[in-house]
Amino acid sequence: MNSLLAELTAAGRRPKETALRSLRETGKKGVGCFPIYVPEEIIHAAGLLPIGLWGGQTEFKQADKYLQSFCCSIMRANVELGIKGVYKDLAAVIITAYCDTLRAVLNNWPAAVPGLKAIPMVYPQNRLEPAALEYMLEKFRTLQKELESISGIEATPDRLADSLALYEKYRAGMREFTQLARSHPLTVDVRLRHNVVKAAYYMDKAVYTEKLLALNQWLASLPEEKGGIPVIVTGLLAEPESFLALFAENGLFFAGDDLAQESRQFRVAARPDGSPLERIARRFLDLRGCTFFCDPLKTRGELLIQMARDTGAQGIVVCMYKFCDPEEFDYPVYKEEIEAAGLPLLYLEIEQRMDGVEQLRTRIQSFAETLRS
Amino acid sequence: MEEKTIAGAGKPAEDNAEDNITSKKLLNQLMKEHYSQARTAKAQGRTVVWATSIIPQEILEAMDLTVVYPENHAAAVGARKDAPGFIRRAEQSGYSTDICSYARVNLAYAELPHSEAENIPAPDLIFCGSNICCTVIKWYENLARKFRIPMILMDAPCSTAYYVEQENVTYIRRQIEDAIRQLETVTGRKMDRERLLEVMRISNENAMWWKKATDLLAHRPAPACGFDMFNYMAPIVCLRGKKEGTRLFRLWYDELLAKIGRGEGPWQDQPERYRVLWDGIACWPYLSDTYKILKRCGINVVTSTYPESWTLLYEPGDLDGMARAYGSLYVLRSLNYAVDRLSNLASDFAVDGAIFHSNRSCKGMDFKQYEIARRLRDKYSIPSVFFDGDQTDPNAFSLAQYETRVQALLETMENRREQSRKQSREQSRKGAGTK
Repeated sequence: MNSLLAELTAAGRRPKETALRSLRETGKKGVGCFPIYVPEEIIHAAGLLPIGLWGGQTEFKQADKYLQSFCCSIMRANVELGIKGVYKDLAAVIITAYCDTLRAVLNNWPAAVPGLKAIPMVYPQNRLEPAALEYMLEKFRTLQKELESISGIEATPDRLADSLALYEKYRAGMREFTQLARSHPLTVDVRLRHNVVKAAYYMDKAVYTEKLLALNQWLASLPEEKGGIPVIVTGLLAEPESFLALFAENGLFFAGDDLAQESRQFRVAARPDGSPLERIARRFLDLRGCTFFCDPLKTRGELLIQMARDTGAQGIVVCMYKFCDPEEFDYPVYKEEIEAAGLPLLYLEIEQRMDGVEQLRTRIQSFAETLRS
Repeated sequence: MEEKTIAGAGKPAEDNAEDNITSKKLLNQLMKEHYSQARTAKAQGRTVVWATSIIPQEILEAMDLTVVYPENHAAAVGARKDAPGFIRRAEQSGYSTDICSYARVNLAYAELPHSEAENIPAPDLIFCGSNICCTVIKWYENLARKFRIPMILMDAPCSTAYYVEQENVTYIRRQIEDAIRQLETVTGRKMDRERLLEVMRISNENAMWWKKATDLLAHRPAPACGFDMFNYMAPIVCLRGKKEGTRLFRLWYDELLAKIGRGEGPWQDQPERYRVLWDGIACWPYLSDTYKILKRCGINVVTSTYPESWTLLYEPGDLDGMARAYGSLYVLRSLNYAVDRLSNLASDFAVDGAIFHSNRSCKGMDFKQYEIARRLRDKYSIPSVFFDGDQTDPNAFSLAQYETRVQALLETMENRREQSRKQSREQSRKGAGTK
């Protein structure tokens, strides 16, 4: 295997180890970023290292003092890991307020994890309303001050512009990587693809981007590969690796993804005009088809169908993360549209910690057989 | 609390003396009219709006639009035990059983528009306020999509500080202004600002009478059971901007005041032994069962966080004040605020304990309850119990579990009362000894 592909895959596979190494190598203080989207550019411009906090495969013991069992397990895991001290090397965490569960976790955090500061980040949902931009900028300014007080470094407009430029380069690289993964499904199978994308959450973006672009260059030099059945995957995230392995063993690969943890993070580029903070804010407001922002036109179904058509995907796989209400509300709407478009659809209910994948294996196997026939 | 001292208790309700109707009868009559007028309006080709329960209905009322409230309707369907058919239909459409059951009932009702409980006409416009939760955004998006109609959103961000941030107020006010513009576009009519002012006055007056009435339950014994408050929630949602609402809430207030004057408690056949705070909405399909078990134990629900939710008070004409009122709801506030709010309610209403409804439909409320209950216990010595349930889905509730939990609370409250009696006896003995 190519050494860069191996390195980034390993980095994505071992979040804590990678994050600690990044903190050590950069000498920066770390700021944990709760799902779904966080303006990492501002953290970077304030001289801090953003680290993604996307749960993990842990048992829930102490988190149950705060959250009932019907709470999304990423949030339960984050609270559990916070209480256990797994995040002790971070200077703060940013907790977003995209859904009712995140809002509640934000409220519980000071009591549950008193030693680790939580910085709230509330987003406007009415993103088509002009007042939303002003509101978001106000919240960004507050966030910026909080971050500056941690690092002692002012996120000047110049620093913000530099960070945004770096992140734009990173996001363009990610978009290119997902295309190259589509044209090289044998070299970059679904597990490698996921881990390369995920590694970005735990590495300094400058370091990561340099490696990613080199990896892209290497992939682009390889002849295109044929093999496997292309599908589009949608949902909050597609983990754990034992779950992704089921796609690989059944000859399915991701021609594209609409995962909140993956492509939704980078599929929108910043607009060219405006101040750096405005450009960062508008990028969020420009995101279409994501359930975590209000979308009265329900464009997700259309977007998925278009993705399938553009990439030649033969079906769409829904990774429904249990107890994720926003995702669960979207499903019946796009399901109807995808079925009407005649595209095969597979619905899978997943959690980060799964004791067995046998049922999922059977369903993925029969879906693959249907697509082959 | 404003009504610690009850002035004029026992005086007859002047405005309603002539027709002698009770507020309960008036409530039923007005709610029937609310639904039938909506159906008539639809038949006449008028614009029907489906709106969330704590929306700035003032602007809809002032535009003379017909408004129905899916949450209120779903609660009525649940109370009538008519929800399971809709819940099954929602599942067939692909809705997970994990999501809000009001949403499931309503989204299925949009497909199968008939219920034995009540019927609402199909909407021409959606008006959604995220000040009650984020969930309604997704629910109402789906309605807008299903009916292919416009959706107006009034997004209300949560407060992360103790007090509501000014940027939240500004953001909400600008959305209300924009909602007025959108309504003008949809209807082709200009907003009558004088009429808006009048509706704001009525809405404030209704909110005030609602507060005055629900505050009367602070009296010991309470002149009503808090479960009555659940019944009056339907009109505070549906009639808040209407003059009929003023008549109803004044009448209810007068009746409660008269009961206090006569020294009457919640029940004619037994005394109020214990007073509790109820957190969360009712289990509508089991309203009667949950009530009877409490009554059997002499436990009266005297307050909850709900009365405050419709106590939307501001200076009529002041859009900033209106935005602040709509953006300051309990569910939007921090946990520190929630604890203070509940401890104040506990003190004002002299409660002996609290019952937390861990409502499968309401994650925003649920996931703060454990910490709130802990702080109420540790800081304010308020005992509490939890029970699992759901506002509309009968499958999430177990009567046996509910009964056991209520029994446990009863025992705790009894022990505490006994202990406090013992302490007072000892103190008075010591006092007598020193004399």
